[in-house]
Amino acid sequence: MSALPLDEAGRYVAAAYVVFVTLVVVYVAIMAAKVSRMERELVALKKPAEERQR
Amino acid sequence: MVTYGKGLRALAAASAAAVAVALWLVFFYAPIDADQGFVQKIFYLHVPIAIVALCGFVAAGVMAIGHLRSGDRSWDVRSYVAIHLSIILGVGVLVTGAIWAKASWGHWWVWDEPTLVSFLIVFLLYCTYPPLRFSIEDSERQARYASVFAITAGAFVPLNFLAVRLAEAYTHPRVLSATGGQMPGSMRLTFLVSLFAMALLFTTLWKLELTAKNLARELRDLRRSAERAGGGERAPAPAAPDTPTGGAAVAATAAPPPGS
Repeated sequence: MSALPLDEAGRYVAAAYVVFVTLVVVYVAIMAAKVSRMERELVALKKPAEERQR
Repeated sequence: MVTYGKGLRALAAASAAAVAVALWLVFFYAPIDADQGFVQKIFYLHVPIAIVALCGFVAAGVMAIGHLRSGDRSWDVRSYVAIHLSIILGVGVLVTGAIWAKASWGHWWVWDEPTLVSFLIVFLLYCTYPPLRFSIEDSERQARYASVFAITAGAFVPLNFLAVRLAEAYTHPRVLSATGGQMPGSMRLTFLVSLFAMALLFTTLWKLELTAKNLARELRDLRRSAERAGGGERAPAPAAPDTPTGGAAVAATAAPPPGS
């Protein structure tokens, strides 16, 4: 098969890179949301425990 | 307090920089392929993801050996995270590969191509890992069975790779060969930088998920200790409260001081 013209090839290349970037961004967003929610919960749980200790 | 995700920011910055350099090399440095044209730029994304995903599966097997040898559950968690991340990258490999195949061969998928089908087999094999793992309730057994799976499947990956190399007829190009697939120097450099950037990105995401897992564990231990401490205030406290394995330090801080 001969090489595709630049405009058509560009669409395929863009699609491949966009798919990968979306995959990584969605993964990072889910993980970051999880970590920050857990960090907040951890601080909230540790505060009364530390106060009780004092 | 234990600081989780130590060095994560530096690692994330390094991978962002590496990805930026790789993208610049792909689009502004590497020449347009004489045979495939601009579509060949997908190669710098698709092949590094595939290599890193397969290495992730093998690394998970090595970590699982660490778990079975030492009995340390942290190795099992590391192995699980590596497999989880490699499955996600596997989705990326299949989708970017299908896009490249459509642009180059005119088909989204070619069933008689050993490289494609063998990767799909490996991917589907690892897709059975999460359901297998979470179908076992007892955490000790879960970790042990998951480790055995990770080792067996991890050994299958290089065998599968070798079998594909020995296959005679294929349309899929060969990149990892003594001649480097006849790549010119600029293309080879771009490929190697892309591979390095992808490996760094994998390491960063692996560390991020490990941080989340460690935080979740600490949170669970702390909740248990808080519940126990709360129960102790309502009813006569037991002489020596049981602390869950690994949560002793947390339980010590969460428990009421003696004499309170």
